[in-house]
Amino acid sequence: MLTVEGLRSRYGRIEVLHGIDLHVDSGEIVTVVGANGAGKTTLLRCLSGVQPVSSGTITFRGEAMTTVPAHRRLARGLAQSPEGRQIFTNLSVEENLRLGAFLYSDERVGKDMEDAFQMFPILREKRNLAAGGLSGGQQQMLAMARALMGRPSCLLLDEPSMGLAPIIVAQIFDVVKSLKALGVTVLLVEQNAFGALKIADRGYVMETGQITMQGPAAELIADPRIREAYLGI
Amino acid sequence: MSELLQFVFSGMTVGAVYALVALGFTIIFNASGVVNFAQGEFVMLGGMITVFAHASGLPLPLAALIAVAVTAAVGVALNRLAIEPARGAPVVSLIIITIGASIFIRGASQLVFDKQIHSFPAFSGDDPIHVLGATILTQSLWVIGGAIAIFVGLWLFFTKTLLGRAVLATSNNRLAAQLVGINTKFVMTLSFALSAAIGALGGVLVTPITLTSYDVGLALALKGFAAAMLGGMGNPKGAFVGGLLLGLLEALTAGYLSSQYKDAAAFIIILAVLFFMPQGLFGRKSTDRV
Repeated sequence: MLTVEGLRSRYGRIEVLHGIDLHVDSGEIVTVVGANGAGKTTLLRCLSGVQPVSSGTITFRGEAMTTVPAHRRLARGLAQSPEGRQIFTNLSVEENLRLGAFLYSDERVGKDMEDAFQMFPILREKRNLAAGGLSGGQQQMLAMARALMGRPSCLLLDEPSMGLAPIIVAQIFDVVKSLKALGVTVLLVEQNAFGALKIADRGYVMETGQITMQGPAAELIADPRIREAYLGI
Repeated sequence: MSELLQFVFSGMTVGAVYALVALGFTIIFNASGVVNFAQGEFVMLGGMITVFAHASGLPLPLAALIAVAVTAAVGVALNRLAIEPARGAPVVSLIIITIGASIFIRGASQLVFDKQIHSFPAFSGDDPIHVLGATILTQSLWVIGGAIAIFVGLWLFFTKTLLGRAVLATSNNRLAAQLVGINTKFVMTLSFALSAAIGALGGVLVTPITLTSYDVGLALALKGFAAAMLGGMGNPKGAFVGGLLLGLLEALTAGYLSSQYKDAAAFIIILAVLFFMPQGLFGRKSTDRV
């Protein structure tokens, strides 16, 4: 579904992605794990078009995506729940969700919003409050729900567990797992390698802008090098 | 009594123009966080272009339409040529750019038009209406009515339409706006066009009363900015009420104290309000949790 080949990207003169190759098949949950600063977020920013690509290609559902502007990528089916949540803090929870479906104005918008409230009941309770007043976990839920309002076929999730209490993290990972049943393919970027590999089908390990290991998630979790470097076991 | 009413009428008229300028500030501020100090120049262009188009033989409504359209195009050009290339610069730099643009537009108008004071006929004749011993010009009713219509239109746009929300979303978080499929460049273009058109319309409405020349923009921008701050920057309701309030304050001071003091009195009251309510009358405190 999503294929990345030889992707390079730079901030000014400093190259941070040195030729990334990865692919995500339809219906999979794929995770990219790695330490802080490995380039995981930059990779996702390239995929969603807000970070320039210096060479390499991104192909999504058979179409070249490399040069498609950011605001056109959601219409092609690629949504992102960005690092740091990036919700619209001074708009209400409901307005955030409505804007998630900015591209649409049919009756399915209301249905999708109902689904979002089913998925995260706390958002229904807070629907009329300014989103900036939500707790970190609620903001993360809102960010994911907003991305799903855009009817993506593939969701890019950037660090959904960052800074959250373990019980919330478990809840969020459960939702990510449940997206599979909804037919949404997921590319999950995480520092929380253990949690991410547990729910993923396949995984990539990223270090200083390169993919250093890849394989089925179950194998990576069992790999002694990974256990030592990322799982602290 | 009739004296007070007279001051209120003239205050409302001037205030409606300040409100239109303040609404123009609000739109661009909402979309980009930039305070556009060329806003007063849009008012001037609206008046001046109408004057010259009308003088060249076009009927007044057509001349006014052309003025609004041309000014909107100037607004778009300002965004494309001066603001967009500097995207990523701190907001203060962008504000300084708009000050530069206002000086440029003023200078260019001096060359394109002239340095004379101009006017054109009032829309509904020059006979004033007598109300309870006071008089009001029919053109004043046009100005006040125009300001109310634009305010209601904007309020509906920002609170009831998805595109209006998209403008608010773009100012709140540009990155997230792009990710939900909003073309943020288009939102900026739209904001500048809308803001310039509203300024120009203000200029068209008020010129038969206050007359116009190439340099009327500066004072209007200052007053409109003060009105927007008084009401709470970024809030259309605040801009509207702030504008009317400022106009009334000026007219009452000029009437009961001295017209020498009208600017001073207005600004002193604004300072006092902002001292106790730094967010302005209708500004909301922003509370973000991270």
